Amino acid sequence: MRTRLLATAAVAAALSATLAGCGGTAGGGSSKSIKVIYWQQLNSANKIQANYLKTQAAAFEKANPGTSVQLVPVTASENDFYTKIDLMMRAPSTTPDLVYEDTATLNSDVASGYLAPLDQDLSSWSEWQKFAPAAKAAVRGTDGKTYAVPDETDTRGIWYNKQLFAKAGLPVPWQPKSWADVLSAARAIKAKVPGAVPLNIYTGKAGGEASSMQGLEMLLYGTPAGSNSLYDARTKKWVVGSQQFKDALQFVKTVYSQGLGPTPSQALSANFSNTISDDLLPSGKLAMDIDGSWMPQHWIASGDKPWPQWSSTMATAPMPTQNGQAPGQVSMSGGWAWSIPAKARNSSLAWKFVQYLNTEQAATQWNVVNNTIAVRSDVAADPKYLKSVPTNAFFTGLVKHTYYRPALPVYTQVSTAIQDAMESVTTGQSSVAAAASTYDSAVKAAVGAGNTETGGNP
Amino acid sequence: MPLLPAVLLLVLFLAGPIAYCVYYAFTDMQLTGSAVTHFVGLANFTKALHDPQFINSVVLTVVFVVGSAVIGQNTFGLALAVLMAKASKPVRQITTGVVVAAWVLPEVVAGYLMYAFFFQQGSLNAILGGLGLPRQNWLYTMPILAVCLANVWRGTAFSMMVYSAALDEVPQELVEAAMVDGAGPWQRLWRVTLPVIRRTITTNLMLITLQTLAVFGLIYTMTHGGPGNRTETLPIFMYQQAFQNSLIGYGTAIALVLLLVGAVFSAVYLRLLKLEDD
Repeated sequence: MRTRLLATAAVAAALSATLAGCGGTAGGGSSKSIKVIYWQQLNSANKIQANYLKTQAAAFEKANPGTSVQLVPVTASENDFYTKIDLMMRAPSTTPDLVYEDTATLNSDVASGYLAPLDQDLSSWSEWQKFAPAAKAAVRGTDGKTYAVPDETDTRGIWYNKQLFAKAGLPVPWQPKSWADVLSAARAIKAKVPGAVPLNIYTGKAGGEASSMQGLEMLLYGTPAGSNSLYDARTKKWVVGSQQFKDALQFVKTVYSQGLGPTPSQALSANFSNTISDDLLPSGKLAMDIDGSWMPQHWIASGDKPWPQWSSTMATAPMPTQNGQAPGQVSMSGGWAWSIPAKARNSSLAWKFVQYLNTEQAATQWNVVNNTIAVRSDVAADPKYLKSVPTNAFFTGLVKHTYYRPALPVYTQVSTAIQDAMESVTTGQSSVAAAASTYDSAVKAAVGAGNTETGGNP
Repeated sequence: MPLLPAVLLLVLFLAGPIAYCVYYAFTDMQLTGSAVTHFVGLANFTKALHDPQFINSVVLTVVFVVGSAVIGQNTFGLALAVLMAKASKPVRQITTGVVVAAWVLPEVVAGYLMYAFFFQQGSLNAILGGLGLPRQNWLYTMPILAVCLANVWRGTAFSMMVYSAALDEVPQELVEAAMVDGAGPWQRLWRVTLPVIRRTITTNLMLITLQTLAVFGLIYTMTHGGPGNRTETLPIFMYQQAFQNSLIGYGTAIALVLLLVGAVFSAVYLRLLKLEDD
């Protein structure tokens, strides 16, 4: 009997030890160390951010003796990256002290209570005045507080191959005035340059956010409904049942059903964006690509597909509005930012590191190496930044007429619904009308029917 | 008293998580987007019933289970076992080796191999082209067939081994008696062997059904549930709702429905077994 009791006690003791191990201070950290989480893309050749942060962290540790910055890359697809950091930020034992997130997901994490407001720190930080108002707005929560410090933005336009355009007898430089101009250029390419894909517009679920943003939203925000085409900020309602949404889907359907784009199976395959940047564009097999300002980061010497001739082969044009209505061009913007989780154990040192990463010099270096668009007025005017990549001036100029996505918690679900609708017209599984009505019911289910309005009125 | 530690462990690590999971299914818990979790009753389940994507997933799940497990793995496994019982030893060893190799591979590796086999520039099209037959973009034109075939390829070994063991147990005298009475090979299989191993058949069906219901990695690696939602079985749909749309509560509710589908299949098999025994 006694041995049994002893065994029981031993097991119970072992059990409580295990429990303590689970919930305890594993991963610990003294007041002098911070854990910094950032996204490492699946394309492991791209180590730009890893290398940049490594040098910054080393310099920071040297300037602040006794501190240590633990850099933790999360290698995953973009969606899985968000899932992982959300799970980490839920519990004090796993939360990082600093996290790098897309501003589009910010409000969602704010609503979950994962992030700490930075207003108090920002009020005594003189550099904050130099950030562009639009970028500041992108990191403001729905409660009016600021939750992150942005260090880059991006804009989107049309990349086109000058050589293929010349072969098709199209003018260079080229400036489409409307969607019809884009389609007629694609038809000219199809007719005169066999073997080349005329136009890529991202589509479907495999493309993820690229499909929503570089794809459908670049069209939708270019309709006469403009900034109120997806979400009406005045009434705070999501727009369903609009003709503009159907027009945008129709454009996608036209591209894929008339052979003006990649084959649907190619466009819907995972990692298609890598195929675009590392294969189709450099090998001259794609004439037009609706894509982002960051494309040259693939092609510079330190990129994953060095292509020195890119600046003489590729040219850029702003994406036109649907019928050429004012302002004549459209762009979408996103951008990433540094946030301090609410449960972070060492937020003061984390804030110190954020300031270190956002001096003018560091910010310029980051925008240059990562080929992103500056959010600080002083960097945006810096010749070193403007000359670092030939297209920087063009894409910085698009900031004038750019839109940010509605940064609301339900946006991710709306975005998934957009990708579903695009995919079903790309495959030919549904008509435009059927896909739009499926989208409408998905949006109503996600946001609640009371938070939608029919329309798309300018 | 001596059972106490074991019971404690079971409650803590088995019953605990399951109870939690059931509880989550009745809440609106989100991974991100909301700080508070409410109890919402059956809302997640009614939402599912009105969601055409969910209905689509249930249909695809049934197609996948019936096509790849009940018909595919089960029949092929039995056929291989019967043929191998008559084969010479080297043939037997080689066949077992090949078939079992597919089974012991990690799911993701198997999925990747099947992707390489079926995709447009893959080996299957190379073979078809070499034979002068028309090529197909399998993962695009008939994705559910492709994933079914992949699951048959991967899972047949299990049924084969179960049936091989069962066939060894069939009394030789019975078979010989049937032979003397003039029964042909088909009649012997149908009237002697199958009735004798019917319990094994039911057990095997139940096991492979439950295994196939849970298949996630294979499909996710091959198609991500696409194109569109044409291979979106319940596990994939659940993953997308829970981790892409961050709707943990809804995803958990779908997991419970999956459990229910498994229970229905199991109940049918058990009932069949009982009917035969009576």
